[in-house]
Amino acid sequence: MLIKFLLSRQNALEPHMSKDTLEYHWGKHHRAYVENLNKQIVGTELDGMSLEDVIIVSYNKGNMLPPFNNAAQAWNHEFFWESMKPGGGGKPSGELLELIERDFGSFDRFLEEFKSAAATQFGSGWAWLAYKANRLNVDNAVNPFPSEKDKKLVVVKSPNAVNPLVWDYSPLLTIDVWEHAYFLDFENRRPNYISVFMDKLVSWEVVSKRLEIAKARATKREMEEERRKKEEEEENSEDEAVEVYVDGDESESE
Amino acid sequence: MGSVTCNPLAPPSTRLLLNPLKIPKFCHSRRQLHGSQRASKIIAYYGLKTPPYKLDALEPYMSKRTLEVHWGELHRGYVEGLNKHLAKDDVLYGYTLDELVKVSYNSGNPLPVFNNAVQVWNHDFFWESMQPGGGDIPKYGVLEQIEKDFGSFTNFKEKFIEAALTLFGSGYVWLVLKREERRLAVVKTSNAINPLVWNDIPIISLDMWEHAYYLDYKNDKGTYTNVFMNHLVSWNAAMSRMARAEAFVNLGEPKIPIA
Repeated sequence: MLIKFLLSRQNALEPHMSKDTLEYHWGKHHRAYVENLNKQIVGTELDGMSLEDVIIVSYNKGNMLPPFNNAAQAWNHEFFWESMKPGGGGKPSGELLELIERDFGSFDRFLEEFKSAAATQFGSGWAWLAYKANRLNVDNAVNPFPSEKDKKLVVVKSPNAVNPLVWDYSPLLTIDVWEHAYFLDFENRRPNYISVFMDKLVSWEVVSKRLEIAKARATKREMEEERRKKEEEEENSEDEAVEVYVDGDESESE
Repeated sequence: MGSVTCNPLAPPSTRLLLNPLKIPKFCHSRRQLHGSQRASKIIAYYGLKTPPYKLDALEPYMSKRTLEVHWGELHRGYVEGLNKHLAKDDVLYGYTLDELVKVSYNSGNPLPVFNNAVQVWNHDFFWESMQPGGGDIPKYGVLEQIEKDFGSFTNFKEKFIEAALTLFGSGYVWLVLKREERRLAVVKTSNAINPLVWNDIPIISLDMWEHAYYLDYKNDKGTYTNVFMNHLVSWNAAMSRMARAEAFVNLGEPKIPIA
């Protein structure tokens, strides 16, 4: 993958993110998460599942199992590297920009909200731009009038290793605000790091691509749900038909 | 200009005789404007306490630059944040820092001032938990108590280091005197949580937020923790804190505390 090639040239994101940072952040922290995860899941039922499935299963509705931290951090960091590119920054365009303007008012307001979330995440964690399809948290609940308007872009922040996959959102962009991400380059000046990230590193092409995928997935899910609903209805109506004849008066049925 | 309707600040002697130190009630002061409406507002504020040693005194185990950033900017930032909260809210006036931490923790639903208040407390405590020429092992009462509660000093040290290495995310590792159980224990806490909120008494702390060690050790938590135990931890501070704690917690047969 392109980013892996770039990371092997660890000065690719200079001067905005130093070679030293990449060496430690990617070469030590990220690598450790992957290696430790492998050690934890080898020979278990999680082995062979996709990383996203491992995350959801080990999140265990908030009562995290041991592999969660490593799995989520491995996913988060890969997502983070892919969100950046040399010569990044600027503004998004096309549908992404339209949705941002629709859901935040303007690109600048989105930027404020995102930067504020990143700056106020207390302790370690991440800030995200995510695509939220309107799904209620109750298994058999259904939005009676689903429409494109219900699907929104949101800015969220999460602590430690948690990520929006566990809330059933589709992440589009993230910034790592664990101190190890910025301490070598910015010491304690987190807001400067966030600004440099947004102005010089963010890869809006990747974010747009993710948005497309997220929308396609949401649509596909909706279609599947509709199909399933129709099947259920048909089954139910067949049963009813049988009951009527069984209960009918014998003399009248002739 | 204010009158207080409940009094958590009863004179210390009565408090000690009547009942053990308990979490003070969160009380509201009603402002009474006496006619002339002078704009004299009482403001409580905290200053940034200097560590009991120069910023380069912990070299080579903790660099001067780390102290400059960690104390000079991060710790100072928490103090300023705390003062901003206090300036806005006269309900918080009159508490000592310990009490403010307990009150703003609010049994797990913390008030906005909590993070700043507790981080000020945590950092004051952390600087004082270290000294130049620290490390080695404790003596007298502290050593006895550790051996009683952990089996041996080595066992305690192992537990402490293990807690530091298994803490995920930001937080602290503490040697704490548990009030109810009347024994020492090692606990690790997330983010800014502090054993005071469970009414226990901290004896030593180690800051495991990445900002505490990243400049000097980068991702090598193991070395940082070992260096802390071998060269930085101040058992003198632990002794004086134990001596004070023994006034509140009965650790055994009555004896003159030599800590």
